[in-house]
Amino acid sequence: MDEPILRLEGLTKQYPSKTGPITVLEPTSFSMDVRELVSIVGPSGCGKSTLLHIVGGLIAPSGGSVYLDGEEVTDAGAERGMVFQGYTLFPWLTVRNNVLFGPKMRGVKRERRNALADHFLEAVGLQGFKDHYPKQLSGGMRQRVAIARALANSPRILLMDEPFGALDAQTRTVMQELLLEIRSREKTTTLFITHDIDEAVFLSDRILVMTARPGKIKAEIKVPFGLERSDELRNSIEFFKLRTEVHNLLHAEGQAVVDAEIAKGRDN
Amino acid sequence: MAVNTNANSEAGSVVRATNRARSRSRIHLFRIGEEIPKAAYAIIAAASFIIPIALWCYFTYSGKANSLVLPTPTRVFTAAIRLWQDGTLLPNIQISVYRIGMGFLFSAILAIPMGILMGAYKTAEAAHEPFVGFVRYVPVPALIPLVMVVAGIGEPAKILLIFIGTYFQMVLVVADVTRKVPKDLLCAARTLGANKFQLLFNVLLPATLPGLMDTCRTMIGWAWTYLVIAEVVATDSGLGFSLIEAQRFMRTDELYVGIFTLGFLGIATDMMFKFVQPRLLPWAETQRS
Repeated sequence: MDEPILRLEGLTKQYPSKTGPITVLEPTSFSMDVRELVSIVGPSGCGKSTLLHIVGGLIAPSGGSVYLDGEEVTDAGAERGMVFQGYTLFPWLTVRNNVLFGPKMRGVKRERRNALADHFLEAVGLQGFKDHYPKQLSGGMRQRVAIARALANSPRILLMDEPFGALDAQTRTVMQELLLEIRSREKTTTLFITHDIDEAVFLSDRILVMTARPGKIKAEIKVPFGLERSDELRNSIEFFKLRTEVHNLLHAEGQAVVDAEIAKGRDN
Repeated sequence: MAVNTNANSEAGSVVRATNRARSRSRIHLFRIGEEIPKAAYAIIAAASFIIPIALWCYFTYSGKANSLVLPTPTRVFTAAIRLWQDGTLLPNIQISVYRIGMGFLFSAILAIPMGILMGAYKTAEAAHEPFVGFVRYVPVPALIPLVMVVAGIGEPAKILLIFIGTYFQMVLVVADVTRKVPKDLLCAARTLGANKFQLLFNVLLPATLPGLMDTCRTMIGWAWTYLVIAEVVATDSGLGFSLIEAQRFMRTDELYVGIFTLGFLGIATDMMFKFVQPRLLPWAETQRS
């Protein structure tokens, strides 16, 4: 096997609080291969989003390191493209200029930039909307632009933080298929955060299940569905089995979260 | 395929909207936060002017009101024409607008960059915000004697007073506008490779523009207040001065002309902002105000 594209070593995160530091992330290590799509699922507040933000260089870890292509990363950078749960398009830029933003910041030449924008807008099916402003787009379309914008920088890895979390169920499944399509065409490597089990099973090569806070990786599940996946996959026995397996792993954690909240409420 | 799905869901929302319109056959004028028909809005707004004017006409033409306190609309109107024709009204408007313009311009030129820096960097906030917090609670009229000692009674004094009145408010509002820029926008820009300089000029600055426009619109209103304060105290020109003159010689009709002129200039400024804003910033989410 080649060297992993992404490697996390003993990544931890604590936040200070009045009652002493709160641990959000226990030492976490894993690595990803080129072209892999790895999902991290976990109960809310388990630190999965924190983990992704650390990899993205937006939050400094309390301990441990992130290596991209064997080199440690400590700050945000264009080689780790990120798609957020909230709508983060720049409202003052047209769709096309949003997609161009990264290349422009990095000083890519105009013709090359324009070619990139056209290519990736086409990849997400929005060529017809290039002169629209974000406020004119639906939630699903905004996330398509956000994906195109991240891809236009040709990142080594795509970091996605519940990108479809705010979308309605129908739009979400369409977006999942789009992501698979982009993946096979653009040969992306993706680290994907979600709390939607179906989404994780449908998209991933590997699912990492996290425990309730303080989060750590509890289990790793391989998803053997290959690159070509269609909507029918969702109705197959294999899909259902994996889904149940992840569900059972998560259910205990969900219960733990609720119990902890109730106990905390009682203390107060 | 994917685009189709979107089109379908949009068509769906149109259907829902028409259903809603059909079910709302009765007009409700008092529902918290609900829209009312445009016609109803226009009628109510018009009535808010027509009723006071009608009352004014009734009490003055019938002789029920003391004409020294409340002259008839006819007298106010003829006074306006007289002041216009004898060439006192327009120069007063011009000089007042000039003072506002200059005071506000200086204030905006300093407050906008300073406020953005304060909103962006805690260092700048620490350097300026506590000081501003102190100064802005000193009532502007309390500073008039000092301003006159420092800047005399000429034009610079009035401009300085408007500047003091607006700058210390404006800088805090601009800082707030800047702080309200979603952190996620900055995070997204960082992951797209923007450096510190680009974050400031290509992300933070454009993101604050709609808020800056709103701030300027509010602050111009403040500027009018301080203008009148400045002109009432020590000048021989301007709309504030014309008010004092009218009062001194008991020319109540001219007093009303001055007040109406200030009102009209205020509403004209506001309409100008409302006109310019969507054309200058077509991308901004429209909010009703």
